[in-house]
Amino acid sequence: MTSIPKGPMLKFLTEDAGGKRLLIALAVLTVAVPFFNLAVPESSAFHVSTYTVALLGKYLCYGLLALAVDLIWGYCGILSLGHGAFFALGGYAMGMYLMRQIGDRGVYGNPLLPDFMVFLNWTELPWYWYGFDSFLFAMVMVALVPGLLAFLFGYLAFRSRVTGVYLSIITQALTYALMLAFFQNDMGFGGNNGLTDFKDILGFSLQEDSTKVALFAASGVVLILSYILCRYIVASKYGRILVAVRDAESRTRFMGYRVEHYKLFVFMLSAVLAGIAGALYVPQVGIINPGEFAPLYSIEIIIWVAVGGRGFLYGAVIGALVVNYAKTYFTAAFPEIWLFMLGGLFVLTTLFLPRGIVGLASDIKEKMLAKKVQKQADVKDEPVDTLPKASTEV
Amino acid sequence: MNIVTQHIEPTEKDILYVSGVSVSFDGFKALNSLSLIVKEGEMRAIIGPNGAGKTTMMDVITGKVKPDTGDVLFKGSIDLTHHDEADIANLGIGRKFQKPTVIESLTVFENLELALAGPKGVFNSLFHRLSGLQRDTIHKTLETIALTEKVNELAGALSHGQKQWLEIGMLMIQEPDLLLVDEPAAGMTDHETEVTAELLKSITGQHSVVVVEHDMDFIKALESPVTVLHEGSVLAEGSLDAVQNNEKVIEVYLGR
Repeated sequence: MTSIPKGPMLKFLTEDAGGKRLLIALAVLTVAVPFFNLAVPESSAFHVSTYTVALLGKYLCYGLLALAVDLIWGYCGILSLGHGAFFALGGYAMGMYLMRQIGDRGVYGNPLLPDFMVFLNWTELPWYWYGFDSFLFAMVMVALVPGLLAFLFGYLAFRSRVTGVYLSIITQALTYALMLAFFQNDMGFGGNNGLTDFKDILGFSLQEDSTKVALFAASGVVLILSYILCRYIVASKYGRILVAVRDAESRTRFMGYRVEHYKLFVFMLSAVLAGIAGALYVPQVGIINPGEFAPLYSIEIIIWVAVGGRGFLYGAVIGALVVNYAKTYFTAAFPEIWLFMLGGLFVLTTLFLPRGIVGLASDIKEKMLAKKVQKQADVKDEPVDTLPKASTEV
Repeated sequence: MNIVTQHIEPTEKDILYVSGVSVSFDGFKALNSLSLIVKEGEMRAIIGPNGAGKTTMMDVITGKVKPDTGDVLFKGSIDLTHHDEADIANLGIGRKFQKPTVIESLTVFENLELALAGPKGVFNSLFHRLSGLQRDTIHKTLETIALTEKVNELAGALSHGQKQWLEIGMLMIQEPDLLLVDEPAAGMTDHETEVTAELLKSITGQHSVVVVEHDMDFIKALESPVTVLHEGSVLAEGSLDAVQNNEKVIEVYLGR
């Protein structure tokens, strides 16, 4: 631990043992998975299939989404039951770019209009689709649209001091309203079919293994960078103020902090991260539709975070990975019982593991450590009498 | 020590000037034309039976509750009814809650760090580094509230009395001109109560202090003028002896 000199600038990372391990694991995954997919021949037992790469890439996007939710729920006590909305909006922004990339390769061969618009007999592109042929513009929108919605929503809700369960209900209503709106064909986002049939991104075909691997690696890198950013925030004075708001909101106000500003900033940041997660998700799964706004999905995110360990950033990421792996496995093996398992998992976690998997792990570690110390004490028990009894009174 | 009326004009020397303040909740008058003046550097004890309006008075002064009518002026000219809690805290009014309220999942040191006087904006806090001077201030405060040995413990692990002291320490380090202290001795042992009284007396002078309390021994130890509230307005004001012998006060406390 003493080999590398650690400046105070990086203390926020070096002091976070669990997070360090997660970052190393993610870095290894980000490098190893592409290697075992591209460089190892398919005949080898060590080959990672492209299907698996896309699946893992999806999990990483969920990990980022869970990170975003834990930042506001775990540290600031804002229980958003509508974070899927920001994820879906980021996804739609990316989807719009991918639609524009199709060009005249659609079923109707219209060079300007996406297929669903031709189908609706539209003759020109709606104004809000302008600019989405540019990747850069689309990426700005990926962050801007969720951020702006979070600003409007947060400004009104936090200024009026809506908290607790009332806030959760409004966030749920928000995502539900957006779902209904996006189901409308007139909205110009493809109605209930959503956006799909994507061909390529930045000129690279989405069907190519190398593109899928690149998207996976991008998800890994973005998750790592986002983790570092979130970790910096929770380790700063700002992060301690978030905890103060969570534990004692009025005390924080009487210390002179404008609580609504603190909540608004973190809520917006969280929405932007969720939007980025959605944007990485869409090219990997190949579709975005209004179903992503469904309240159920937003509630699932809460379960990931709770199972992983609320209030531990790395716990949230681990929770998202573990629960989604379980979901992939069980929905294939026992599709009819998965929802019961998910519900049961949440109930069990709430009752017996208030700090999630991560909390359980640290409890076990502490217990083992205590046992070890006890054992050493037992061994030393006899000669203790002969030693001088110093420093026990301190 | 007369009961103030509307006619007295506020001066710079009046750190707190409350005049004709009324607050009602669903028809119940929590404060009924309450008037009160606290001078700079003064300590004032406020007593009164349950429901007399003590906590509502604090809520009005700190911006949590807006009065229906009346004036609340700070330092003679700042109208507190136009500011919210965070503003009022930054103007120089600190408040200790009835139930000790510290940030339980942060350490004692971190609690004091957050309470420390200084800029309280979002962007400042993102890039904030404690200066050596600020560390010294925190350590000095830790000594004053006798929590130096607990510096790295979670505030949630402190005893009830220690939490009360930590909260008083958080108030002091905020460097307010006026401290509002709600039942600081509640749940304390006799010894702790004594120490708390000494602590509050020692900070009077540089700061003005308003203490709400039920414990008569504690009030006696404070040796400060006393205001008695009853049904939302001032019933009597004066030394503790004078107030205790006031017939109206005896009636309110014992007569029912």
